[in-house]
Amino acid sequence: MALDRALVGRSYPPSAVYEVGRAKLAEFATAIGSEDPVHRDPEAARAAGYPDVIAPPTFAIVLTLEAANVVLTDPEVELDYSRVVHGEQRFTHHRPIRAGDRLVATTTIDAVRSIAGNDLLTTRVDVATEDGEAVCSATSMLVARGTA
Amino acid sequence: MTTISATDVAVGTELPEQVFSVTRADLVRYAGASGDFNPIHWNERVATDVGLPDVIAHGMFTMALAARVVTAWVGDPGAVVDYQVRFSRPVVVPDDDAGAEVTVRGTVGALLEDDRVRVDLTVTSGGEKVLSLARATVRLPR
Repeated sequence: MALDRALVGRSYPPSAVYEVGRAKLAEFATAIGSEDPVHRDPEAARAAGYPDVIAPPTFAIVLTLEAANVVLTDPEVELDYSRVVHGEQRFTHHRPIRAGDRLVATTTIDAVRSIAGNDLLTTRVDVATEDGEAVCSATSMLVARGTA
Repeated sequence: MTTISATDVAVGTELPEQVFSVTRADLVRYAGASGDFNPIHWNERVATDVGLPDVIAHGMFTMALAARVVTAWVGDPGAVVDYQVRFSRPVVVPDDDAGAEVTVRGTVGALLEDDRVRVDLTVTSGGEKVLSLARATVRLPR
């Protein structure tokens, strides 16, 4: 079944606060094989001009993937998740995520399309601090194969 | 720490190529760190049931590896202001010690305002492009 175009622009309530911890950033950096000390050594991060250790460029997926689940559980979004693959991903960073950040993620449906029998759903997750400072946006395009 | 500056860079400047080996253990570690426990990234039975040739890497893991080529070049993981990819083909990861090979090449594709440059990435595995339209915008030190 094709997705309803009226879903475009739908926004969901902000997520619970995600508190960024030094150990989590180090764990993620290790998992992607990055040895850069700015991810795990606060002194090195400060020497590089940051207040605390910073996240690798794709770390935001840890919270944005979770936040975007709000779309997947919306009963009006009829997508066959057994057929879904990740089509595209984009991160726009206003500044690096860093340890100590208390982040809130707000999810919006950016686009809905049907191409060659596939349903395409684009969601944008805007990440800001609790106090409202914009930190990054993560845009994900999901493809449900052969469902349109 | 910083290895380059805006004045050193021109359109066509090539970044040092990196070749990564991706094993099942890497995928399990990434699943744990990222919270993406989709079994197609660690369970061959589930992967083949949904029509995949074998376990495949998380697209986000491949995207993270490709970013390392950019951050190693610029010398600052915080310099990436925009990064986008299209997942064009899965990285198939066999159940052996060698794993899959992922090769990442980068070239400066454009010089932008405010000491920023666009890096165009070519990411292949087994001779096939696994990411397309892979681009990072980075802010370079002066």
